[in-house]
Amino acid sequence: MSTELGGEAAESTAAFSGARINRRYLLCLAGFAVFVAGMFLLERAGLSRRWIAAIFLLGPVVLYASIGLSCRTMEPAEYFVGGRRVPAVYNGMAIGADWMSVASFMGLTGILYMTGFGGLAYVMGWTGGFCLIAFGLAPYLRKFGQYTIPDFLGERFGSPLPRLVGVLVCALICFVYVVAQVYGVGLITSRLTGFAFEIGVLVGLGGILVCSFLGGMRAVTWTQVAQYVILLVAFLMPVVWLSVKQTGVPLPQAVAGYQLQKITEREQALLADPSEQQVVAAYRAEASRYAGLLRNVDQSLVDERRAAQVRLDEAIASHAPVRDIHAAERVLRALPRDAEAARESWSRARDAAEERTRPLAGMPPHAQAFAGDPQGTAAERGAFDNSRINFMALVFCLMAGTAGMPHILARFYTTRDVRAARQSVTWAVLFIVLLYISAPALAVLLKFEVLNSVVGVRFDRLPAWIVEWSRVDPTLLSVTDINRDGILQLGELRINGDILVLAAPEIGGMPFSVSCLVAAGALAAALSTADGLLLTTANALAHDLYFKVLDPGASPTRRVAVSKVVLLVVALLAAYIATRRPAAILHLVTPVFSIAAATIFPALILGVFWKRANLWGACAGMLAGLAITLYYFVTRDPQLQAWWGGRVGLPLWWGIQPGSAGVFGVPVAFAAAIVVSLCTPAQPQASRWVDEVRRPDQA
Amino acid sequence: MSPSLQPLSPADARHWRRSRRLAAVLTLIWLAVSFGPLLFARDLGFEFAGAPLVIWLCSQGVPILYVVLVWRYERGMERLDAQHRAGHVD
Repeated sequence: MSTELGGEAAESTAAFSGARINRRYLLCLAGFAVFVAGMFLLERAGLSRRWIAAIFLLGPVVLYASIGLSCRTMEPAEYFVGGRRVPAVYNGMAIGADWMSVASFMGLTGILYMTGFGGLAYVMGWTGGFCLIAFGLAPYLRKFGQYTIPDFLGERFGSPLPRLVGVLVCALICFVYVVAQVYGVGLITSRLTGFAFEIGVLVGLGGILVCSFLGGMRAVTWTQVAQYVILLVAFLMPVVWLSVKQTGVPLPQAVAGYQLQKITEREQALLADPSEQQVVAAYRAEASRYAGLLRNVDQSLVDERRAAQVRLDEAIASHAPVRDIHAAERVLRALPRDAEAARESWSRARDAAEERTRPLAGMPPHAQAFAGDPQGTAAERGAFDNSRINFMALVFCLMAGTAGMPHILARFYTTRDVRAARQSVTWAVLFIVLLYISAPALAVLLKFEVLNSVVGVRFDRLPAWIVEWSRVDPTLLSVTDINRDGILQLGELRINGDILVLAAPEIGGMPFSVSCLVAAGALAAALSTADGLLLTTANALAHDLYFKVLDPGASPTRRVAVSKVVLLVVALLAAYIATRRPAAILHLVTPVFSIAAATIFPALILGVFWKRANLWGACAGMLAGLAITLYYFVTRDPQLQAWWGGRVGLPLWWGIQPGSAGVFGVPVAFAAAIVVSLCTPAQPQASRWVDEVRRPDQA
Repeated sequence: MSPSLQPLSPADARHWRRSRRLAAVLTLIWLAVSFGPLLFARDLGFEFAGAPLVIWLCSQGVPILYVVLVWRYERGMERLDAQHRAGHVD
């Protein structure tokens, strides 16, 4: 446990003194405000949308790149932990940007819009975990003061074995998460510029690498501070705008309650609306038609093909307009090729139609806490208990997972001392909560807008954003007049929640510049998280695997060089996987939290708070937690089951959803670690080591 | 960390016990704040400023309380550190 402070202090700390950084970022902020205002004026003056989008995409990336360039380094302390002199406020912002990914920026509002109360599990889980970090981890990690999380495990348990298990788990967690971010970057860039998705991924990758590759943690930290500001402004702008538009009050969090009341009234009216019921009936008919077709697939396929052929022949024979003939041809050609394809496509169509038969387009009433009714019938009571226990399980997994996320924990190594580490948690959770309490308000305001100014509108007068987004990609947004009354019902509107934040400015009728600003914010969220994750993955492999295990004699410069090469390889691998468009990757973000909760979190907590925990216990705990979490998720998740062809329909334990597998993983990990530790000899050196981490700073 | 692996002095041990107690108390509050509203969700369903209270709590109240808890911990530890330093001077 040598201190590395000598080398770090040698570099002039004056260059990074508080006042100078403050001045620099105030300048940055002013520049950003001027930039946004200038874009508004240019849009007024008639600058084309293509140019506005391109400038909004490139402007921030140039800013990140120049920060990255000015922070390039080959010093290990600079590269791995930003020189350990990041002031608490800025570390707080960097943690905020590191933390808030595309899932927080775009996904969260979408989930809140779609599921109402259910989505609040994410709001609570993704903020509450920071309490665990503050009380149990951050100060002790800083006191330990090395470079990575596997470092802590390796030193605490005095063996390379827990370090290697830590490397495995960190790399697994961060890599899955980073692929999801790169996927998000590609999606946003291609929407914003119209480039192909693959080029979008490459452009985004450039933006990520220019920081982490050149300057490591130091460049990433200072870029993340800028990214935090951009993403917060970009998120708050449409929320405040909508709030002023709907109520005249610029405080969205305060007015959300009253808007929610109006939503509830509107929902009651929609539930009683006969044309909504017509839509539901039409979808039910469609679902049962597909169910009928599926009863005997081979025969149905022959029948369908014959019927389509007859219709085409009739159209030709009756000299119908060319358009109708083409349409009939298309119907014939679109029929599934063989029985296998037919079964798949019809079951999908049946499920899709069935989903539309639920009231309010499948969305629960926005103001209702949990499904079912605790005072109702047995089925209603069951639904209530199930939805409540799943909500609590998800909150628990997200919280414990937060406290086990390696890229967040590594940030606490970058502060000057333990005191600054504690302060930076306060700042971080404050900065994060600013966005998280605005997301539910945004969801409410958007729902109010959709229920009042989209539902009930005639099809030929639909707002422009509906037409545009459905043209971009019908899986993101589609409208079908299934009951043919020429008016859009709620049941006929299908929205993918992920686009809601990007579409919010259009939904609220804001200028195009706001749309671009929001996209730039989403990009900042994705880039900053990807930066942190990539660096953590590469550091685990380069520092803990290469330097600590394979080649302990490597020179400092060589260590950094190896790190940079690993970073490049990991980044390219992530980009390659992202360009194969694994739609399931976004689906894997929640289970990643479960894995972090069941592996790193117990090992670190026991490492600090229980001296008797030893090397075998730590390894057993992490591996048992990992095994049980993976087992439950892989065998219970329908999407993964379909992929590896497992047995469908294994019973859930206590009805817990597969993504919250950490509920079982965390207790198993703690129990395994405690039992195995007690059954194996204590490590005498560990007790002194733990004392050292617990010892208060003398300064 | 200092390179000497000495056992904790009585003053250090007292500091550790106190900081552990502070963390334990705040963790209990954290548990109550996080899961209490969920256990009593329907009882907290009465209306407050337009929306059911439980929605206010889960969407804004609890996250803000988390900030307060983390801030309380920071202040508490500052105080313990100050007491510890004063003890050393004596």
